[in-house]
Amino acid sequence: MASADQIVLQFFPLSTSLSAKVHPLVIFNICDCFVRRPDQAERVIGTLLGSVLPDGTVDIRNSYVVPHNESSDQVALDIDYHHNMLSSHQKVNPKEVIVGWFSTGFGVTGGSALIHEFYSREVANPVHLTVDTGFTNGEASIKAFVSVNLSLGDQQLAAQFQEIPLDLRMVEAERVGFDILKSTSVDKLPTDMEGMEATMEQLLALIDDTYKYVDDVVEGRVAPDNAIGGFISDSVSSIPKISPPAFDKLVNDSLQDQLLLLYLSSITRTQLSLAEKLNTAAQIL
Amino acid sequence: MATAAAPSRSFLQVAATEEAVAPPLRVVQMEGLVILKIIKHCTEFSPALVTGQLLGLDVGSVLEVTNCFPFPIREEDEEIEADGANYQLEMMRCLREVNVDNNTVGWYQSTLLGSYQTVELIETFMNYQENIRRCVCIIYDPSKSNQGVLALKALKLSDSFMELYRNNEFNGEKLREKNLSWVDIFEEIPIKVSNSALVSAFMTELEADSPVTQSDYDRIQLSTNPFMERNMEFLIDCMDDLSMEQQKFQFYYRNLSRQQAQQQTWLQKRRAENMARKAAGEEPLPEEDPSNPIFKPLPEPSRLDSYLITNQVSNYCNQINRTSRMVMLIHHILAWLFRPQVSLPRY
Repeated sequence: MASADQIVLQFFPLSTSLSAKVHPLVIFNICDCFVRRPDQAERVIGTLLGSVLPDGTVDIRNSYVVPHNESSDQVALDIDYHHNMLSSHQKVNPKEVIVGWFSTGFGVTGGSALIHEFYSREVANPVHLTVDTGFTNGEASIKAFVSVNLSLGDQQLAAQFQEIPLDLRMVEAERVGFDILKSTSVDKLPTDMEGMEATMEQLLALIDDTYKYVDDVVEGRVAPDNAIGGFISDSVSSIPKISPPAFDKLVNDSLQDQLLLLYLSSITRTQLSLAEKLNTAAQIL
Repeated sequence: MATAAAPSRSFLQVAATEEAVAPPLRVVQMEGLVILKIIKHCTEFSPALVTGQLLGLDVGSVLEVTNCFPFPIREEDEEIEADGANYQLEMMRCLREVNVDNNTVGWYQSTLLGSYQTVELIETFMNYQENIRRCVCIIYDPSKSNQGVLALKALKLSDSFMELYRNNEFNGEKLREKNLSWVDIFEEIPIKVSNSALVSAFMTELEADSPVTQSDYDRIQLSTNPFMERNMEFLIDCMDDLSMEQQKFQFYYRNLSRQQAQQQTWLQKRRAENMARKAAGEEPLPEEDPSNPIFKPLPEPSRLDSYLITNQVSNYCNQINRTSRMVMLIHHILAWLFRPQVSLPRY
């Protein structure tokens, strides 16, 4: 029989639009496992945990690596370990279930089909995530696949891995700060004052950019874009129209509240140091 | 993974010389992976308080934390206690199989608005300290992190406090002797973050394109009222507790002085009696009478609770201070945005 890419096979494309969402913790975990892999292993394989959201998106929230042995013709996965880790993880968070599995390396190999079959016995329609730690093609490619059965007439031939859209938005990583997560070493965590300073600088830079753009358009240096103009006018008009005395009152009231809190907290601190002196200094002679 | 602190010596040599003197712990080095795991675990279960174990390596004056795993919420039941120990062993065993550092270096816990200074924390520290030479506790505050600040702290008990606690000598004299005040109980250790090169490459690629991040939005929001209100509530409760503790002390001192006055009068009476007896030629009675209840030493109330409460109060005060300063900053900017010609007084 000729190879699969010469005969036109019948396959059923995914009727539902399945997509996946990955949390940054999963990527970190996979990279860490890859760095710690035993010397003879070329790639690492593990289970993905998460949940399926009501709109069908697969939310991948956690992962753990499973030791495996791979040779040219067979793959052996430590199933006991997989089940042990699963039950341990579920003790902490019973809502996280298996949603698929991951492997490092670019693309899908022959051994992956066997592993995918094993995982499809654990959960219906598992998602296969590949994380390219070798950076082939010079870029980080993280892809998600589901398997679709290829059949010729009634006979089942092969399983095709079809790529599904992957959402890599990392809201938690943004919260922590990409500076901390990106560099190989950060000397200290930023304090809130430093964070505020950074935010203010960002705001200033954004306002400067917008100002320059508007100037350029007015002077005719840049072709006007109505969409951007619409956005700018929307943002400017989103400032509520309050009469100056009402605004002053608003701001002053709020400032007074904050000042009062500041005063109360400073007075409490003074009270603490006084009380401490009194408590420990008292002695009965 | 051993870091090459001094490339000319092998790791074994370094470990051998460690036995002689332990350098003081100066910095805790965490991996980005651990931070993300802690954040995920604490935020998922907020407002319930959760804990977990930290794994890593103890190298010189740096405590490296390379991995962690969460603990399930523990029920107060005897058989489930054994389950918890089994879970821990199971996790450690599984992680060792995949080459994760199998060394416990401490634990982490989440907190609500920074109210973590409790007696349980101290007890847990003492328990850990028995087995591990150096351990650290990482505190994470999910509610504060909603305001764009990464509220992560590494704590350990100061050595002088641990000595006193072990000997259970928490009274006024010993504290004055050691010059130990409530600030000296906990020591905060600076945190350093490190990431492997692979992860850093991935993050650089995957970094969001927009210049404004979620944390920026969080920082400039003006609606900090619920946070401040809760802070004030906790502060008021703590001040009530503190005043109760102080009343206990006042009570103790009053009783003590009354007892001493009683002892003095009894002593004088005894002396007068003895004079009378000597005049009559009889044996003088002893000047002490241990069976008399007024000679019973009064127990001094422990100052530990008041110290812990003081710590909490100071924490709340600091938080309120910091947040109100931030909010005032935003107010200034807002006011300037609207009325640039009006200048507000500086604070």
